[in-house]
Amino acid sequence: MTDATQDATPRADGSILTADPRTARRNAAERRFRAYGLAAIVAALSMLFLLLVSILSQGLPAFTQTTVELEVALPAETLDPRGERDPDDIAQILTFGYVPLIEAAMERRVADLGVTIEGLEDPAALLSKSAPAQVRNHVLANPEVIGGTYVFRFLATSRVDQFLKNEVTLESAERDSRISVAQLRLAEALREAGALERGFNWGFVTGPDASDQRPEAAGLGVAILGSAYMMLIVLFLALPIGVAASIYLEEFAPQNRFTDVIEVNISNLAAVPSIVFGILGLAIFINFVGLPQSAPIVGGLVLTLMTLPTIIISTRAALKSVPPSIRTAALGVGASKMQTVFHHVLPLAGPGILTGTIIGLAQALGETAPLLLIGMVAFVGEYPDAPPEGFFDPASALPVQIYNWTQRADPAFAERASGAIIVLLVFLAIMNIAAVLLRRRFERRW
Amino acid sequence: MKDSPTAADTATTEPKIAARGVDVFYGETHAIKDVSVDIRDKAVTAFIGPSGCGKSTFLRCFNRMNDTIDNCRVTGGIALDGENIHDRRVDPVQLRAKVGMVFQKPNPFPKSIYDNVAYGPRIHGLAQSRGDLDEIVEKALRRGAIWNEVKDRLHASGTGLSGGQQQRLCIARAIATEPEVLLMDEPCSALDPIATGQVEELIDELKADYSVVIVTHSMQQAARVSQETAFFHLGTLVEFGKTDEIFTNPREKLTESYITGRIG
Repeated sequence: MTDATQDATPRADGSILTADPRTARRNAAERRFRAYGLAAIVAALSMLFLLLVSILSQGLPAFTQTTVELEVALPAETLDPRGERDPDDIAQILTFGYVPLIEAAMERRVADLGVTIEGLEDPAALLSKSAPAQVRNHVLANPEVIGGTYVFRFLATSRVDQFLKNEVTLESAERDSRISVAQLRLAEALREAGALERGFNWGFVTGPDASDQRPEAAGLGVAILGSAYMMLIVLFLALPIGVAASIYLEEFAPQNRFTDVIEVNISNLAAVPSIVFGILGLAIFINFVGLPQSAPIVGGLVLTLMTLPTIIISTRAALKSVPPSIRTAALGVGASKMQTVFHHVLPLAGPGILTGTIIGLAQALGETAPLLLIGMVAFVGEYPDAPPEGFFDPASALPVQIYNWTQRADPAFAERASGAIIVLLVFLAIMNIAAVLLRRRFERRW
Repeated sequence: MKDSPTAADTATTEPKIAARGVDVFYGETHAIKDVSVDIRDKAVTAFIGPSGCGKSTFLRCFNRMNDTIDNCRVTGGIALDGENIHDRRVDPVQLRAKVGMVFQKPNPFPKSIYDNVAYGPRIHGLAQSRGDLDEIVEKALRRGAIWNEVKDRLHASGTGLSGGQQQRLCIARAIATEPEVLLMDEPCSALDPIATGQVEELIDELKADYSVVIVTHSMQQAARVSQETAFFHLGTLVEFGKTDEIFTNPREKLTESYITGRIG
């Protein structure tokens, strides 16, 4: 006893009101560590903030679009020479035949403005190239407008739209082959006269993709539908298969080398690069089974394969987190193994399974690489049909549409790509919030 | 069979459960070594012994709960009313309806009190109608001595009760399926003395209708509630007999040492 006290380090002298050097060093180390942690969080948050600011500042303009109101005369002698209002006759006039009508309407509009702009040529170039088709579709649907005039609201061409958003300037127009300085001056005059209007761009959210020539008409409708179809397929395939596999592995399978191998491989599958799944989908679903390219069914199957490991891993974790006492309690009153699982374990694991599934779906929603390989990057201008036939129609997907737009030359597509990223992020945020709410709502304590 | 049943009057009546030469292995570990015991009907049998002596393992043989453990192997003969429970034709699910069990830690389902008790009768099809089920639940809760405390909140969660109430709820749940034997694995080890007293009182009442087997760490408890006591040590049955005799006049030196607190 006494020896021990003598061998011990000498007791620190001095008051407890002053810190000894050792304590001071220790406290300084702790303060430094806290500062590092804080710095890491600040760095991460500011990166996130920068990312958001850059996406929002570039993408938000995509949600408004400039339109031009224009009264177009629809003379019967050009549109329906025989005067019988026969739909077949009217359809004889192709889109090209409407171009002069719009040019005439635009020239009349400029004359009405009463401004003279030096060197102004082709004022109709202010309108989107989709304008003639818009007039034609309206005439075909409402033949009674022939012979009168009708006020149309046309999309302005992307250059005019971007001019109003201050992306295109008079200086840049000097070097631009698609818009002239005089045309921009006309746009300015039209805006002052109240003929140009910027409104919320529903076409961007609901419309189909458009060609390189008319970025102002490009929309996300087909991509959103395609993504939604794929999510449906993933949900209805991956959830039952994943949950059934997890229940079997977790509750019924014997613990032996075979199940160990399966377990390790499921974990490995979760780490396989997604493009590998794309190659698999191309080789099996398209080349071997013969499913159509660019179809949501193939994308959905590939994404199902990709999501399965995520769902299995999270479901098994949820099943594991149910206390074993619940299982013994159920077995103790004479429930069979299956009754134990379905009456007690599965309902308790439900919120965890749902959360895992939603996270898996969110992952699948943002996946691009495998979809490129199965041809979903193609230009798709038509909406797919309603499911189930629609699963086999060509469609696009949100992330692939973003990738597609970033590849195009016209700067208006860059704005659209950022806008599409915002749409994608909104969907992801909704899914993640749903996961959090479900977890909160159904969380059990015991 | 070196340890043949010893309690004098078990020989006069047919035993409820007859275990003969039971061995239990966990993988390589020999947990129970050649144990033979007769459990009497309408009486309380206590298993005592130091921690890890295998008394809980032996208890779990009676309703084949050891089947649910992967590497556990049980050999030897266990007969319930003369029928071998390891017979190929026996479904453990049916056996467990006849041999109910209460666990060490109260483990009510995270459902309502009513559903906790009604679960067993529901899956065994004991109730023909909603009214029947209500009756069974009320009866079980009354037998479990918890009816008065929960009758106004039958649809509140079973996990919201206190520890002692939860354990009595679990007992009510176990007797709702009308078992013939009730196995209790240290039912009071997680309870305070007052709750323990309530559960012990309940066990005393239950022995009028059931054959009760209770595993306990507390020798006082064994002495208070049981008529027969088995003392286990390191996987073997050391002594089995009437509780009064074991506690007042043990035949084995080891039993005496344990009871007087010198080992264990």
